[in-house]
Amino acid sequence: MSGLDINAITKAFGNFIAVDNVRLNVPHGTFVCLLGPSGCGKTTLLRMIAGLEEPTSGAIVLDGEDITPLPTHKRNLGMVFQSLALFPHLSVGDNIAYALRIRGASKEEQKKRVDELLTLIHLPGFADRPVAKLSGGQRQRVAIARALALSPKLFLLDEPLSALDAKLREAMQVELRQLQQRLGITTIVVTHDQREAMTMADLVVVMGHGRILQAAPPIEIYRKPADAFVADFIGITNLLPAEVDSAGRTTILGTAIPGLAMPAGVTRASVSIRPEDVHLGQPGSRAITGQVTFVRDLGGTIETFVEVGSTSIIAVATPRERPNVSVGAKVGVTLPPESCVVLGS
Amino acid sequence: MRREAPKSFADYTPLLFPGLMLVVFFVVPFSTMIAVSFFKRNPAGFYTPDFVIDNYARFLTTFFAGVLGFSLMLAVLVAVCCVSIAFPFTYLLTKRSRRAQTLWLVGLLSVLSLSEVIIGFAWSTLFSQTAGITNLFVALGLMDKPVALLPTFGAVLAGMIYQALPYTILVLYPALVRLDPTLLEAARTLGASPVKAFFNVVTPALRNTIVATLIMVFVFALGSYLLPQILGRPRHWTLSVLITDQAIYQSNMPFAAAMAVFLVLISLALVGLTLLVGRRENAL
Repeated sequence: MSGLDINAITKAFGNFIAVDNVRLNVPHGTFVCLLGPSGCGKTTLLRMIAGLEEPTSGAIVLDGEDITPLPTHKRNLGMVFQSLALFPHLSVGDNIAYALRIRGASKEEQKKRVDELLTLIHLPGFADRPVAKLSGGQRQRVAIARALALSPKLFLLDEPLSALDAKLREAMQVELRQLQQRLGITTIVVTHDQREAMTMADLVVVMGHGRILQAAPPIEIYRKPADAFVADFIGITNLLPAEVDSAGRTTILGTAIPGLAMPAGVTRASVSIRPEDVHLGQPGSRAITGQVTFVRDLGGTIETFVEVGSTSIIAVATPRERPNVSVGAKVGVTLPPESCVVLGS
Repeated sequence: MRREAPKSFADYTPLLFPGLMLVVFFVVPFSTMIAVSFFKRNPAGFYTPDFVIDNYARFLTTFFAGVLGFSLMLAVLVAVCCVSIAFPFTYLLTKRSRRAQTLWLVGLLSVLSLSEVIIGFAWSTLFSQTAGITNLFVALGLMDKPVALLPTFGAVLAGMIYQALPYTILVLYPALVRLDPTLLEAARTLGASPVKAFFNVVTPALRNTIVATLIMVFVFALGSYLLPQILGRPRHWTLSVLITDQAIYQSNMPFAAAMAVFLVLISLALVGLTLLVGRRENAL
């Protein structure tokens, strides 16, 4: 079978279980983002795929071959480290050619491949520069080129863009995604930045406490989060308590939401609704009544904070969609049932 | 933070104390030694102020050239052996737990507290026929009968390496601890086995540290004069031994001073040459 199969991988450091029985199938050519807060086990999982950590149990299968017992240098993969780990004593060209030199490739072959890769990363003619003379973004690209020198089966990146400033990071996200699509290489990126994951990934894997909480395409993760942790981690969301009242209707904050059904047998649950799906209007019997406590006008979007009892609801709209509401005003909050996601406990 | 260049004389006052110490304990004795090396020896007494180059001329014999050559060779050999043992050792040490590292370093530091005399006699016992390690080999069935391993060149070398090794490790340790461990991991993901990666990533990345350590151990070993006497034959004696002999037992201070000055100049020249070669290779 083509692709990467992570088969019930567990990693324990003493009593601490960093990765807990993780199963994941990554089809060939997929761009995967392992996403989660620090300490969730995502880097450990990546390092096990690379062979830099040995799993306590489980197997890693690449294109039908069990690579778990193989040492790192026999796995045919490219990896970009958070620190980039460029060899300080080598020039840009020698850094990129390192893997080829290890394999005993001829000088001409090395030079040809280095020139090819430098063109790919838009740094032609940089081969003879020392790595210390490069800017942050250039070093980033050189690290990527070095990892791709042998056209590996698997491309792994550990928080590769975290050292760059916000603007450059966004540009590199797009560039990395385009590069991956051009090469069609199976890629796994570890990140804690949900925006980065949304930009680049075919498949977002949200991890927490060593487990996979949800693995799905980015838009599905955003629209249909599996639980409160995922909903809260990916973007901004409103988590509201929902109950089934005596008449059998689902209510949120005391107001019935017609059309919102709870799973059978469940009477209380959390509901996630994205701020852009929350509608604000005049107070009325069919809407939840609340008071505006703060308005953040960011120019492109307006965030309105509405307090209902002790619960705060955030609504986001463009200036065109919503007339200005002022702090202190009473508003009616409408939650379209099709945008509400009832979360598992 | 911007540092301002010192302007008035008062700004230099913090340098006064170290400057004074340097003059009193280095510049004055060293100048005296250079001066004495040109004085004339007085066989009846000590020496008389003069300006003769006899002391240096006497030096130009095959005997002294041989001793100088041997001293330099021994120091180079000790430096190379120490660094080749200490570098992999220290590298592996930095991979151990903090506790293990501390224990090893404390152990090594305790070796530094031993004087050269104690080290010399300890090794001479260890290499002796009656109580030495060969008795252990005999007990293990590896040898037929115990033999004396000294006085030999090997015994001198072993003693001097033992003495210099803790210094070597302590000098290498900070640089190796600071080395980014992902450099080695990166090399492994690029297809280098751990051993290969150690030689073509870790070692070149720490080139300057290695060169500096070699020079330090070389200079350290050059000054050794007790161990060659305790563990070696007279032909294993270094120039430092001859200097001591001339200065203390022959009372020929001018000749001893001349040899000392010459040794310093040769060492400086070698160190300079090493740095020069290092810089040229770095520029490539």
